[in-house]
Amino acid sequence: MLMTAESHDKSVSMRTNESSSRDIFIPEDRKMVHGGGKAHVVAKNFSIYYGDFEAVKKVNADILSKYVTAIIGPSGCGKSTFLRAINRMNDLIPACHTSGTLMFDGDDIYGKNTDEVLLRKKIGMVFQKPNPFPKSIFDNIAYGPRLHGINDRKTLVEIVEKSLRKAALWDEVSDRLDKNALGLSGGQQQRLCVARALAVEPEILLLDEPTSALDPKSTAKIEDLIEELRGSYTIMIVTHNMQQASRVSDYTMFFYEGVLVEYAPTKQLFTNPKDQMTEDYITGRFS
Amino acid sequence: MNIGTRKILDRSFTALGVTSIVLMAMALLAVLVPIVNGGIKAVFFQATIEHRKLMYNEFGRGDADELERQIRQAESIREPLFAILANFDAELETMDDVSLKRSYRSKYNQVRNHLHDLLGPLPGDTEPLLLRFQYGKTRWAQAEEVLHDLLFVTKWDSSNPTVMAKKYFVPRVDDFQGTALAPLFAYVETHLDEMLLPQRTFYWGFLTDKALDAHIFGGISAEIRGTFFLAIGAMLFAFPLGVIAAIYFTEYAKDNFLTSMLRSANSTLAGVPSIVFGLFGLAFFINTLKVSESKSVLAGSLTLAIMILPTIIRAAEEAILSVPKTYREASLGLGATKWRTIVTVILPAALPGIMTGGIISLGRAAGETAPIIFTAAVSVGATVGLADVFSQPTPALSWNIYNLASEHEAANEIRHVQYGMVLALISIVLLLNMSAILLRARISKKLKG
Repeated sequence: MLMTAESHDKSVSMRTNESSSRDIFIPEDRKMVHGGGKAHVVAKNFSIYYGDFEAVKKVNADILSKYVTAIIGPSGCGKSTFLRAINRMNDLIPACHTSGTLMFDGDDIYGKNTDEVLLRKKIGMVFQKPNPFPKSIFDNIAYGPRLHGINDRKTLVEIVEKSLRKAALWDEVSDRLDKNALGLSGGQQQRLCVARALAVEPEILLLDEPTSALDPKSTAKIEDLIEELRGSYTIMIVTHNMQQASRVSDYTMFFYEGVLVEYAPTKQLFTNPKDQMTEDYITGRFS
Repeated sequence: MNIGTRKILDRSFTALGVTSIVLMAMALLAVLVPIVNGGIKAVFFQATIEHRKLMYNEFGRGDADELERQIRQAESIREPLFAILANFDAELETMDDVSLKRSYRSKYNQVRNHLHDLLGPLPGDTEPLLLRFQYGKTRWAQAEEVLHDLLFVTKWDSSNPTVMAKKYFVPRVDDFQGTALAPLFAYVETHLDEMLLPQRTFYWGFLTDKALDAHIFGGISAEIRGTFFLAIGAMLFAFPLGVIAAIYFTEYAKDNFLTSMLRSANSTLAGVPSIVFGLFGLAFFINTLKVSESKSVLAGSLTLAIMILPTIIRAAEEAILSVPKTYREASLGLGATKWRTIVTVILPAALPGIMTGGIISLGRAAGETAPIIFTAAVSVGATVGLADVFSQPTPALSWNIYNLASEHEAANEIRHVQYGMVLALISIVLLLNMSAILLRARISKKLKG
């Protein structure tokens, strides 16, 4: 869905939640790199509620395939909620429900016939805190493929190596694949989680503040990893760290109190924000 | 509050805590020391030649030649004693005074009874039917008591009506002064150890032998085995059921009225007295469902299972709830179904807690008496095999401890068996709990990497 300049100008009034529709902004310098740039996930008037509380308010946006899209905003603005809605992780919260539509490759994510298990296979996720299973490194990576019916040892070995290489972890752990994953450092664990997500060959990778529990060195490695994966996967990353968003992402969404205030190419959003609110936030006037 | 007061409060609380721990430790010692002391006597004691005869005849245990030698040795010492008896028999026959004869006869019978107790059947006795009368005293400590009874007549001094009658002993030999029996008492006193040949003995068979003549002799294997069958049977029913219920409560049940009712029902069930479970088991499993004709291991196991179910559900629930939410998210995020997540991620991570709850319940099932009184336990019974569990009742440690302590006809003479059972039961329960702790530590270590 394309957005007109005129509707974008309404953004300030919309933040008060009076208006219902908000069209997306198509960045002008959108380039079709790596065959990407198609609308991979499309939100139309998409709202998320916790009981009566509307946590995400009528978001309209196209997430472009094979680009890195960062989501920034102050705490409690609904950015994680929005991210977790994309692979229906919010289903775990009983009171959570949605309105509007959220489409993935033309299918309604919250449609009646959507199989959330299949959906999550295609939309992988890495969480805030590294959460490897208390199993061996090998079994952690092989967990996903095994779920989806791959039991051949040779194939699994290949998948494990490929995934670990993609996650830039292979050289560090190749000699101790049978050791418990909880023995790895925090940064290694997080890269293991990325490798585990990649092992099921998802189309989209959702990263929910993947570096907030890591030290700067490990953070740099994760950022390098995102750089590596750019162009192969559609990546969405929620982050509190605006430098990180500006470093790793092609596009940035700014959420405030559940409203998608601005969605633009990262460079543009950080250098020349259209919205006063965005400017205030990125210049640190509030957080 | 100033610093001085605070320090005094801290110190007095420390003192209070240490005192209570010391008191608890002392109470534990006061309970354990007699149990261990008494229990060890069941296995390690001074055994007489009668014990060795019994072992050889009943269990085929021991060296036949050595036993033969010892029996001959003992017999050679016993011969003069039997000769004295024969002399006195002859003397009685020749007595003319009927009332004197009758009086001697009755006193003489007491002597013979005591001697029979000590040494087994005497020459001229008919072969007794009950095993307990076929042998003399197998334990030296008991033999010494009987010796005292033989040597002295117990009398009661009730001359002063204001105080309780006092016991005093009169040498029995006084009754027979001037007869052919008089030398017997001195002879028995000096030669008893040669007639019984006491030896320090480890009787490990106590744990593996079946009971003979209602626990007068033999071991407690039937009880140990019965206890194992009952406890393990209870686990077979309760553990899977409990874990499934816990999974339902934690993963599937909606937070509604029915669920909270079920939860509180579960908690209530955990607090029901065990005797009520026993009666319930009788009424429901035996009388209504008719799982067996009468008492059986199966009925007892089912009753115990119902009793430990709430504990298992609770423990499993706690264990499942304590699995980090992140494991669940990680698994679901990879496209695992809920069931797959439960089986491959949540249950393995919850396993230490579930196992701990299970094994502690197993210990409880092994130790409970009340639920099996009406459903499974008999005081004297055959050792049950696997094939009998559906139809046969079984002796069990917990119930037989009670039985030996209160209802057994010879309760006083077999205290050692009762103590042995108590020690065995405590050891089994302790072993189970220890293994729970070790298992938990091991799995936790494996999970932590």
